[in-house]
Amino acid sequence: MSHSTATPAVQAGQFDFLVKGEHHVANGTLLGFWLYLMSDCLIFAALFATYGVLSQNYAGGPSGADLFDLPLVALNTSFLLFSSITYGFAMLQMQQRKLKGTMIWLAITGVFGAGFLGLELYEFYHLLHQGAGPQRSAFLSAFFTLVGTHGLHVCIGIIWLVTLLFQLRKHGLTTANRRRLFCLSMFWHFLDVVWIGVFTIVYLMGSLS
Amino acid sequence: MSDLSTLIFGRLSLDSIPFHDPILIATFVVAALGGIALFGALTYYKVWGYLWNEWFTSIDHKRIGVMYMILGLIMLLRGFADAIMMRIHQAMAFGEATGYLPPDHYDQIFTAHGVIMIFFVAMPFVVGLMNYIVPLQIGARDVAFPFLNNLSFWMTSAGAALIMVSLFIGEFAKSGWLAYPPLTGILQSPGVGVDYYIWSLQIAGVGTLLSGINFVVTIVKMRAPGMNMMKMPIFTWTALCTNILIVAAFPVLTAVMTLLSLDRYLDMNFFTNDLGGNAMMYVNLIWIWGHPEVYILILPIFGVFSEIVSTYSGKRLFGYSSMVYATLVITILSYLVWLHHFFTMGSGATVNSFFGITTMIISIPTGAKIFNWLFTMYRGRIQFEVPMLWTIGFMITFVIGGMTGVLLAVPPADFVLHNSLFLIAHFHNVIIGGVVFGTFAAITFWYPKVTGYKLEPFWGKVSFWCWFIGFYLAFMPLYMLGFMGVTRRMSHFDDPSLQIWFQIALGGAVLIGMGIIAFLVQLYVSYKRRDSLRDETGDPWGGRTLEWSTSSPPPKYNFAFTPRVYDLDAWWHMKSNGFKHATDGFMPIHMPKNTAAGMVISGLSAAFGFAMVWHMWLIGGLTFAALMIAIIAHTFNYKRDYYIPAEEVEQVESKRTEVLA
Repeated sequence: MSHSTATPAVQAGQFDFLVKGEHHVANGTLLGFWLYLMSDCLIFAALFATYGVLSQNYAGGPSGADLFDLPLVALNTSFLLFSSITYGFAMLQMQQRKLKGTMIWLAITGVFGAGFLGLELYEFYHLLHQGAGPQRSAFLSAFFTLVGTHGLHVCIGIIWLVTLLFQLRKHGLTTANRRRLFCLSMFWHFLDVVWIGVFTIVYLMGSLS
Repeated sequence: MSDLSTLIFGRLSLDSIPFHDPILIATFVVAALGGIALFGALTYYKVWGYLWNEWFTSIDHKRIGVMYMILGLIMLLRGFADAIMMRIHQAMAFGEATGYLPPDHYDQIFTAHGVIMIFFVAMPFVVGLMNYIVPLQIGARDVAFPFLNNLSFWMTSAGAALIMVSLFIGEFAKSGWLAYPPLTGILQSPGVGVDYYIWSLQIAGVGTLLSGINFVVTIVKMRAPGMNMMKMPIFTWTALCTNILIVAAFPVLTAVMTLLSLDRYLDMNFFTNDLGGNAMMYVNLIWIWGHPEVYILILPIFGVFSEIVSTYSGKRLFGYSSMVYATLVITILSYLVWLHHFFTMGSGATVNSFFGITTMIISIPTGAKIFNWLFTMYRGRIQFEVPMLWTIGFMITFVIGGMTGVLLAVPPADFVLHNSLFLIAHFHNVIIGGVVFGTFAAITFWYPKVTGYKLEPFWGKVSFWCWFIGFYLAFMPLYMLGFMGVTRRMSHFDDPSLQIWFQIALGGAVLIGMGIIAFLVQLYVSYKRRDSLRDETGDPWGGRTLEWSTSSPPPKYNFAFTPRVYDLDAWWHMKSNGFKHATDGFMPIHMPKNTAAGMVISGLSAAFGFAMVWHMWLIGGLTFAALMIAIIAHTFNYKRDYYIPAEEVEQVESKRTEVLA
């Protein structure tokens, strides 16, 4: 902390008790957002645990092996993984202070996200149509809730992304906006990581059962 | 036509107002008259503008801290009213006599009592204390996210408001404070009670989680230069651990409440009896939140007592680092004990032994703390101010409560005592003896910091003795009854030989009520005599930590210059090394602006919750959309700060210099 030479008063003793001059507190937004993500991660942990307990409780209804369409889920997964890469490109553009490039890659990310969400809704619709809705068994309740909560997060991520596009157009790559881009970036990659868990535990292991 | 009214009003109709219950109607009339009187008085004295500008929209951590304390106090009155109603009823309802409360109403009262006391009394008190004290102790000008802090407070208040509404519109849950399914499933509880419970906890939970994140970041990032982790005041340490616990525990509550609502609203099968549901999973999940929750409440209170003991003994806290490590050990262990709440579930001897042993181990770091306090007092020059009375009362009471807890941790003993009044006596013993005594100690200790005058000690002593003796009278009989096998939550008893114990317990509850009244009288008397009780120095007790270095009340910006810390007891060290108040060189101070966004978002959340409780799908959808729009609109506000000009800082500080001279 800088000790300004303009400070006239000298404190008694050998201790310098006051920070004269500007004291900049480190910005805590990224740490705070990371903590939020960890708390969100615990919500998913609880949902995964619930799914783990209930995943065999078919109540005479269909199992994962009966229902899951792996090629569709593979396409879905690739959408989300690609969207993480394109978000990375947006961040690279941001670091070079290129507003237009940032916005374009952000928009592409949003389109991939929307594609993921669309396929997920199609899958849900298909399951409901087959009579395999969340009311059918505890397994399906846990399945719809876990996957649906992830989908809800992606949906919120897209709304946030669109909001941010407007704010970028209005204010450009200001400090505040770059901080927001960082936060959304962490959120987006976090959802990717969670999805890898969903894909492995729900779909891959479910198809084996 | 009826379709339209269902769309708008859902399940709500005139029948939902409990006209049939004279107690509720009388309560409503009194509350309404009181509310009108308060509203009229505020309007007459034209204080709405002041309240709105200086308090409701304030994002100053000190103002928010005070508002949390007021919320806690108001809800304490409600929670205590529930308690005394139960005590009167149980003392009456023997044999032929059925008491004055119908079972239906009695069940709502014990549920509301538990929910309110934990979520809307103890939590606001603890969060309020942390809000006021932590930034001052670490030499910061505010918390890391001042707006979120305001939002947290209003979300907590919105949850509290929803519970209060349930008193007069519809009903509250009749399920006990943790709402175990399948009793709380839609088949067994088709009414709105459980929905009020769910939505009020969900809304308040958002507030708590946000304030947890806020404080972790504040403590990690915003400490004054020189204050490394092992120079942090002990209250700040306990606050850090508590907020880590909040961040790590409350999401589980959110998740489990969501699952319960999915069962109730969308006919899912998480906790149902058929189609593969598993009710015990709910019990596991809710206690994975619930056990850390009790440490969320008690850890900061341990910090409070540590500050008080060392200040009034005129000594540095004995065993500071062991205190820190004990707190950390408790933080971690609090996650490894949840199953002791349901040893009788039938997990088998191996699992029960594991959780029994981890539970017993917690008593070791806690015991270490007790010894540290005793050794701090040893050979100290103890000033027997009121906070010290509360502290000694706490140490005696909490040790007893801790020992009955270790007794309950033994699984075979728990099989006998599970669900009995022994358990009720145990947790009231630690919560009243710990959290409540600690809150009163903290209020008395820091009151001069907040208001500029001390609390009048006579009424404080009256309040202490009423609480202290009242507690033993009210809960020792419950230990006895528990040993005799009396279970909790009963609204009628057959065996007349038990009645005397309930009558003694009622006497204790009345005494506690007098303790609450004495405290209110104390606030009033102190206000009246504020001129003779005034403290100009800002350091009435010979304090040791940085909050005592500011004026009382502290200026908006807390510190004109950020202090530099060299020692654990920073302010003590400054005083002993010839610190002089700065008189010039002031600079403009960067501050966040007030905002009404917190109130708007919380108000919409409460409206949304109310609509969901009553199945008003249209209004629910509209309020949810409005909520989303409000949140997004808030992010378009980029001008959130301003500077306090150097001249203004100089003016405030020179006044302080005059007073100190």
